[in-house]
Amino acid sequence: MNPKTVLRVENFAKQFFIHEQQKVIPSSSNVNLTVDSGCLTALVGPTGSGKSSVLKGIYRSYLPTQGSIFFTTSSGDTVDLAQADEHQILDLRRNEISFVTQFLHCLPRQKTEDIVAQPLISRGVKPSEAIEKARQTLDALNIPERLWGISPATFSGGEKQRVNLARGLIAKPRLLLLDEPTASLDPATTNRVLEMIEALKHENTAILAIFHHMELVERVADQVVTLEPPVLTESILENIA
Amino acid sequence: MRKVLEVSGLSKIYGPGCPSCIEKTGPEHETNICPDCNSVVAAHDMSFDLYQGEILGIMGESGSGKSTAVKCLFFDEEPTSGTATFFDQAETHSLFELNKAQQRRLANHRFGMVYQNPHLGLNFDITAGGNIAERLLMSGLDHYGDIRERAIELLARTEVLTQRMDELPKNFSGGMQQRVQIAKALATNPPLLFLDEVTTGLDLSVQAAILDLILEIQQQEKTSMIVVTHDLGVIRLLADRTLVMKYGRVIESGLTDQILEDPQHAYTQRLVASAL
Repeated sequence: MNPKTVLRVENFAKQFFIHEQQKVIPSSSNVNLTVDSGCLTALVGPTGSGKSSVLKGIYRSYLPTQGSIFFTTSSGDTVDLAQADEHQILDLRRNEISFVTQFLHCLPRQKTEDIVAQPLISRGVKPSEAIEKARQTLDALNIPERLWGISPATFSGGEKQRVNLARGLIAKPRLLLLDEPTASLDPATTNRVLEMIEALKHENTAILAIFHHMELVERVADQVVTLEPPVLTESILENIA
Repeated sequence: MRKVLEVSGLSKIYGPGCPSCIEKTGPEHETNICPDCNSVVAAHDMSFDLYQGEILGIMGESGSGKSTAVKCLFFDEEPTSGTATFFDQAETHSLFELNKAQQRRLANHRFGMVYQNPHLGLNFDITAGGNIAERLLMSGLDHYGDIRERAIELLARTEVLTQRMDELPKNFSGGMQQRVQIAKALATNPPLLFLDEVTTGLDLSVQAAILDLILEIQQQEKTSMIVVTHDLGVIRLLADRTLVMKYGRVIESGLTDQILEDPQHAYTQRLVASAL
């Protein structure tokens, strides 16, 4: 393995078995990719090719059906995320791996700056310092100051997405998973996000990202991996039955 | 992270029990009542662990046995079999091998319990402040001024107006009674807290405030918690990991987001699909 490689996915596949309908739904198959420190690997492919499933499989929101996901931790150990125990995954999520999805999940009533500061606080940063950092990050993403003290529940789609991004970027994770981080942003804000992604690359974060537009891929990607929609073969059905 | 609790093979059967209790109950038989002896298999062979500062969710519908584990761990019920080890700072306790006095001591000092029904957790014949004082007295604090001061601190923490601390709990709203119960449970700074359907039946705004409070406690005190609920929303907001129970068995366990986004068991898939 290249010493710079932080993540290596080998032969990953994800299928869902829907009990109600006794059906196997294949989502991703035969996925191979690497992500190096300080580099961005872009996942591209048509809708339904299982791009999000790969990210969720790496973060373990989905249980991988097949394959290995080797992650090199900051202490130099290699962990197969597909097999790692739950406490280890929780620990890695807290300290090394961030995931920015298209949706924002947060507690009702929580202030935006508190939501963004949360990953730093759970890594042991002093709350006052974490809040200060959160404000800087929100500012860098063009979120107006009058919104910092209120809950993002009533924010627009683009604002919510930026809160989510701020929260994912703030802790400078070792591995960052991005699912269409600029989907609902205007060109100026998209540029800001791309600048922040470049800055994170300089700090050696390894990034695996799904982008909507090929133009963005060309601007920030160091490697491109194309996924094909999985073919439902007889063997898959037999394996489950 | 440090392990705080390890439970292994915990079972609780109400009734005489017979050799076929286990094989004739469970999700595949769609019952927890033994057809041969009518015993209720409330829980069978539950195993799980809990780390410092972690929140474990136990989810299931009424009668699934989801409260059984916390009732046994808080010594409200005696398990039929199984072991539970509590790792408390330098000491290690085998919970079900302790005598009654030792169990009471742990429940009073090191554990906290918040019940769905405030009547179970609070003494309704004494004031809100008195309820907290009672627990502080049991834990060995005996100076009136100190007790009063700590009670005020706890009620302020849980956002109960301290001017009302000398009122009886019956004068309080449901949400307020729940806050007094939480204040009482927290009185001794327990490292382990059990929460049994604590937001069920409360207004949504009150629920949100209680959940907020629970998370704040977890973050500030690094309290480990077991949260029992039928509410997927509560599980999503609070729990790091979740066990799903049905007919007295753990049918699925995993990271909470995985349980909700990629449930494996037919029952969990139905449950998640039918959530509002």
